[in-house]
Amino acid sequence: MPSCKYDWPEAGERGLIGKRIDRIDGPAKSSGRAKYTYDIHPAGMLYGRMLTCPYAHAKITSIETSAAEKIAGVKGIQIIQPVGTEIQWAGDEVVGVAATSEAAADDAMRAIKVEYDVLPHLVDEKDLSKVGDRAQPSAAQTAGDAETAFKDPDAVISEGSYGAQVITHCCHETHGNIADWRADGKLKTWSSTQSVSGLPGQIGDGLRLQKVEIQNSDIETECQYMGGGFGSKFSPDRWCIVAAQLSKKTGKPVRIMLERNADLEVAGARPSYFGKVRLAAKKDGTVTGWDSDTWGTGGMGPSGNPPVPYIFEGIPNQIKKHTRVNTNIGPSRAWRAPNHPQAAIMTMCALDDLADKLGMDPIEVLKKNIDYAPEHLRKAYVEELDKAMELAEWKKLWHPRGDKTSGHLKRGLGASIHTWGGRGHNSMCLVTIRPDGSVDVRLGSQDLGTGTRTVIAITLAQTLGLPIDAVKVLIGDSRYPQSGASGGSTTVGGVSASTRRGATDARDQLFAVVAPSLGVEPAQLEAVNGRIQAAGDPSKSLSWKQACAKLGVKNIEANGKNPGQCKLGDSGVGGAQIADVTVDTETGLVKINRMVAVQDCGLIIDIKTAESQVYGALIMGITYSLFEEKVMDDQTGVMLNPNMEFYKLAGIGDIGDLVIHMMTGPGYDDRGVIGLGEPPVISPGASISNAVANAIGVRVPTIPITPEKVLAALAKGGMA
Amino acid sequence: MQAFEYAAPKTLNEAVALLGSSWGESEVLAGGTDLVSAMKDEVTTPRRVVSLKHITALRRVEFSAKTGLHLGALATIQELLDSKDVQANYPGLIQAADGIRSEQLRHMGTVGGELLQRPRCWYYRNGFGLLAEYKGKSLVPDGDNRYHAILGNSGPAYFVSPSSLAPILICLGAKVRIHGPSGSRMVEVSKLFVTPTSSGQREHDIKPNEILTEILVPHHPGVKMAVYEVRQKEALDWPLAAAAVALHMNGSGVSKSAVVLGHVAPVPWPSPDAEEALNGKSVSEDVAAAAGKAAVAKATPLSKNAYKVQLASVAVRRAVLAAAKGGA
Repeated sequence: MPSCKYDWPEAGERGLIGKRIDRIDGPAKSSGRAKYTYDIHPAGMLYGRMLTCPYAHAKITSIETSAAEKIAGVKGIQIIQPVGTEIQWAGDEVVGVAATSEAAADDAMRAIKVEYDVLPHLVDEKDLSKVGDRAQPSAAQTAGDAETAFKDPDAVISEGSYGAQVITHCCHETHGNIADWRADGKLKTWSSTQSVSGLPGQIGDGLRLQKVEIQNSDIETECQYMGGGFGSKFSPDRWCIVAAQLSKKTGKPVRIMLERNADLEVAGARPSYFGKVRLAAKKDGTVTGWDSDTWGTGGMGPSGNPPVPYIFEGIPNQIKKHTRVNTNIGPSRAWRAPNHPQAAIMTMCALDDLADKLGMDPIEVLKKNIDYAPEHLRKAYVEELDKAMELAEWKKLWHPRGDKTSGHLKRGLGASIHTWGGRGHNSMCLVTIRPDGSVDVRLGSQDLGTGTRTVIAITLAQTLGLPIDAVKVLIGDSRYPQSGASGGSTTVGGVSASTRRGATDARDQLFAVVAPSLGVEPAQLEAVNGRIQAAGDPSKSLSWKQACAKLGVKNIEANGKNPGQCKLGDSGVGGAQIADVTVDTETGLVKINRMVAVQDCGLIIDIKTAESQVYGALIMGITYSLFEEKVMDDQTGVMLNPNMEFYKLAGIGDIGDLVIHMMTGPGYDDRGVIGLGEPPVISPGASISNAVANAIGVRVPTIPITPEKVLAALAKGGMA
Repeated sequence: MQAFEYAAPKTLNEAVALLGSSWGESEVLAGGTDLVSAMKDEVTTPRRVVSLKHITALRRVEFSAKTGLHLGALATIQELLDSKDVQANYPGLIQAADGIRSEQLRHMGTVGGELLQRPRCWYYRNGFGLLAEYKGKSLVPDGDNRYHAILGNSGPAYFVSPSSLAPILICLGAKVRIHGPSGSRMVEVSKLFVTPTSSGQREHDIKPNEILTEILVPHHPGVKMAVYEVRQKEALDWPLAAAAVALHMNGSGVSKSAVVLGHVAPVPWPSPDAEEALNGKSVSEDVAAAAGKAAVAKATPLSKNAYKVQLASVAVRRAVLAAAKGGA
């Protein structure tokens, strides 16, 4: 019996929780019935477009729209950034247009004349010596006495350069929305967003900033289905504010969805991170000192400062320097596990190089230093590394650096570990049970494609003892009770906890109504197998429908909330990954043979959607490790590959065998629910880089690990 | 995309009559996999688009031992791959088509369009023109030229020919039939591709009012052939270098050979030096390696694409070895 009334059921009583359950909206999505923002066409809708600046850095000197205004079908023009504005990246929006057709909007784009004073730009930060005054060093951070640690005559010193490129989010569904400012003064938006509850307030702020008056209470946002956000869709963005302004002007709904090129150019990127790391260690592998000098760019905004040394934060003597470089590459945004993949590369690759220098197995070095990791994760890391070694056949396949077998195909294995918080966000919901037996839960959450709708349904059905298809989940509408944004792996913990509490209270209210007719106390009742029955006495029972009929004409409504009473979730997960690659030393091509991911995330609601999250993370991780890169042109300042041809993403033939193991059972389940979106995407970069080094005997310093870089590394001292 | 007039004539002559006499007036639409994207990006802005879809005679795939393979320009890449005759007689052509790793491109893209697709140079595709000109000079030599030419790149053209089929077709002595206002003419595939020397020129020997209607590939019984592409991805990706090889055998020795590289120069790049290294020899690892080396001996890589020299050399070596092992 659970000790607290909202607790998750004990292992033997989890009818649905933890099972392999298909996502409930799978059929709607695969049949095309699910309507994404792009599919919404309100009557009279106008097509919005935004004219953008072709220069990476420029000042607007004139804007001429009169010719565009005369084009048939053009209904509204909105200056987004006025004359005198200094533009900081190519693709930044200058003028918005709404027209009755895409063609008319495009004609208007061509008819608008904007002139600029072109200013000097910087779009390449890879060579820090060439960025001039764009470099903004921060003060060094120190711990202990690094200088002495590195001077210790017995210390083994290992040094290396590592780095990660700027990448974009590349959501399947581009950014955008439809804004409908109605005659009654109310504004409705259909937005592809990670923050349904949060958007109306942000839209209100954005409009008031443009001196457009509206009250937040008059704004509604809807997003039933969306094709991914990965951290890039928390804000309404200019495309929403401009669409709302144009809708107000024209009296019609206005749609602005970004084209793929704009999405890649301006709608978010992950900051780069380059640098040198020196490690001091004892001969047994115990690290005694960390010295890093790093830099990176996130455009003109913050570049992030990845937390190094990653995981092994307790390394006693540290000195860390970081320099932010301001560039005109476009804005950065939170990218799935912000800062962690970069930190993992800087740390896990440095430790791997140290292991090589010491002649040790790199996993032994990770374990040797595990006491530098946060205490609550140490045991999990050792278990997870052991499991990953077993699944990756580490003992059979791993070899000291450099595959010594003959021929041009070299195989190698590499490992990395990672962590993330993942505590459930604030969430409120309303659970309703009706006299006809129908049940639903409403909350202003969103399903980014991860299975949120499904885990809510599982939680509700489990708590009420019903099959999953007997409950309805209503999300994606800001009129529902407020639920947090989906970011930082906070959603599953938040919505499962609020739903559990709301459903438990609703169930208890039903027990109170039903108990007298069964001649028992409410506390003796349980809801299982579609029945309300006295615990241990099935003769005293009613079917769910019979029980609900006792409500007469009244619904039961119960609010659920997170945080709240009883421990339903936790924070802080670990994971270990091992990459197994083959490198063709003649072409520099890297093939993934296998990726092993071992991951904990507390109590898993749906093992299938949880594993799907890890599959997606591994594919995304393989992609950023080997292929993708936001390529900026030094001379013109524009992005050269804003398309799906040269912004390279892995296909099914590029990902190898993905092996996933979720840690469950005692020690994991009892922590309650913890988020999973971010953690598995953290380690691929480091583990793949380490695997390549293990295969070819030399480090390819930066990702993506392209044929060009592999051949260059081999030429510098590899084993080709 | 800019507005345009659309025509879908029933006959070839009608189609030709609808085409303009200067570039920019009109474009021919076959599968549309390249043209439509280029129009969306306003890399090309024709006033009229002439679709060939009703000219069904251009779809045929026919083979006879006597006349060889007749590939209608509108045959899709998939129809080429599915042809038993092509599978049996032109394994190198199958290998080349198999490198096009997109179901959409295979099913919509046509063999004629594959030859006439425009270069993928990212400066061109970003609106800087085929010669990537900006402020009076080419952006490529000082720019990001990682995917650009390593041969035939003395300028002003630095892009690479994107065709996957052309190198093996050239190895096999294929020709194309081109139909214009004054009738048909035959052009060797090797002559279809030209390196533009000034802006305004295109990279094919075809006039704005001409239509490529057919590819004719002679039958070469006993010729061993292979294509090897170095692609970074298994999924749709442009080769970093490719090589097509045809070996005419005399017993175990090579009596005559053809070696053509792809994706390394503004045109498919025949390598007489590699052929020289093969002719009169029995194919061995060393001979193949020598051919690979010879193929790139005169390469002049740009600032960021020296790695492609190695890839091209490996592609030739591996294509030679595959051809020698494989059948005709």
